[in-house]
Amino acid sequence: MTNQVALSFEKLYQELEEAVRRLETGEMSLEDSLALFERASQLAEQCNALLDQAELRVQRLVDRPDGGLDVAPFDD
Amino acid sequence: MSVPTPIIHSIAEVTAYIKARFEEDELLRDVWLTGEISNFKQHTSGHCYLTLKDETTSIKAIIWRTTAARLVLPRDGDAVIVRGYISVYEPQGAYQFYINHLEPAGLGRLWVEFERLRARLLEEGLFDEARKRPLPVLPMRVGVVTSPTGAALRDILRTLAARFSLLEVIVAPAVVQGAAAPLSIVAAIRALNRWMAEYGRLDAIILARGGGSIEELWAFNDERVARAVAESLAPIVTGVGHETDFTIVDFVADRRAPTPTGAAMLVAPDARELRDSVGGLAAAATARMADRLAAQRANRDTLARRLERSSPALRLAANRQRVDDLTRRSELAIMHRLATLGERLAGRSLRMTALHPQQVLARGYAIVTRLPENEVVTMTYQVTRGDALRVRVSDGSFTADVSDGDHPRGKSEK
Repeated sequence: MTNQVALSFEKLYQELEEAVRRLETGEMSLEDSLALFERASQLAEQCNALLDQAELRVQRLVDRPDGGLDVAPFDD
Repeated sequence: MSVPTPIIHSIAEVTAYIKARFEEDELLRDVWLTGEISNFKQHTSGHCYLTLKDETTSIKAIIWRTTAARLVLPRDGDAVIVRGYISVYEPQGAYQFYINHLEPAGLGRLWVEFERLRARLLEEGLFDEARKRPLPVLPMRVGVVTSPTGAALRDILRTLAARFSLLEVIVAPAVVQGAAAPLSIVAAIRALNRWMAEYGRLDAIILARGGGSIEELWAFNDERVARAVAESLAPIVTGVGHETDFTIVDFVADRRAPTPTGAAMLVAPDARELRDSVGGLAAAATARMADRLAAQRANRDTLARRLERSSPALRLAANRQRVDDLTRRSELAIMHRLATLGERLAGRSLRMTALHPQQVLARGYAIVTRLPENEVVTMTYQVTRGDALRVRVSDGSFTADVSDGDHPRGKSEK
């Protein structure tokens, strides 16, 4: 089980960092730079969109009859 | 044989010696005592003088003004626990207890336990900085061990949601006060660790409880809880009680926050800061791109200038000028020539007029042609006797016959 939203944020953020790092080294053609710059702009927008949209997911640890553990939605 | 002369000391010397003995002694330098207060008196200087006693013994004690300022002062008859050191008051030759810390005896017993456990776990290395694990910068999932109904959980969830709502939170409910609390907390920490082993990483576990009395917070000073915190595979952040409360688990935890809200803040990055750093990265990308384009433009301009300098267009322009020059010059030349030509033509027409045959005939000359061919006769050998001739004069012509000739016709003299 993975937290897809947080995972994708982490990936987008890392890709953004990497894109900026590569833009800063500047060892590529102008076309590649432009393409990478566009990608970086998209990534920044996507990161912000995720931060705006996400809603805290709260679960609660519950015992299974077989002695194992599970999570269930937490209602307080 | 003489009796050895005894060394005679002053009172001051002996007192100083005794005082030094007291102060060298490890045990007397840091002592916990329990007893009952009597003869408590605060002097106008602010210092407090009192006697600590039990059933059969007593000891004089003093609380300095600066210490008294931060203590709840006792009254005669109070049972207390005190901590301090024992030294000598030289003017009176009295040993005294100098109190640094004082509290009611019931709690004092707890603190004695607290101190013993703290010392033991410290000795074991459970508080070592090297054991403490860093918290991830971008957590995805955190566990929370606390009461499911407490204000602490509400504070934590509100703080997490406000700061980093991408998080997933797994609450492991626990009883956080009373006799059942220590084992309940241990079970919750272990359950989260078991769940993590089976399903996936927990980036941190928040162990929290809202403010309360020392007795209410006591489960967080339990050795079993402390060891469960030390054994946890996920880093643990504590937020127990208020600002001023320190519990044993605070020392064992990977991070300690003063309150539940503080613990949530340590765990969750602030989305505003993340947005700022996303913005910073985007700005950096834009700046690099602008630099790149500016460099490209500068480069292009340089090339363009170089290209222009070596361009045939420049030579063409120069040539065009030269052509213009030439054209202008040739036009001038032609005009000039035309002009001279015109003048010459004018001169020539005058002469031609002068040479016109009519004018010649008018001056008395005649044009003679031999008939029938009308061949112009200019030399004598052209005619012979008997030839018919036409003679043209200025106003007409007539015919004539050749009656004599020096040369037979058709024979040149040469």
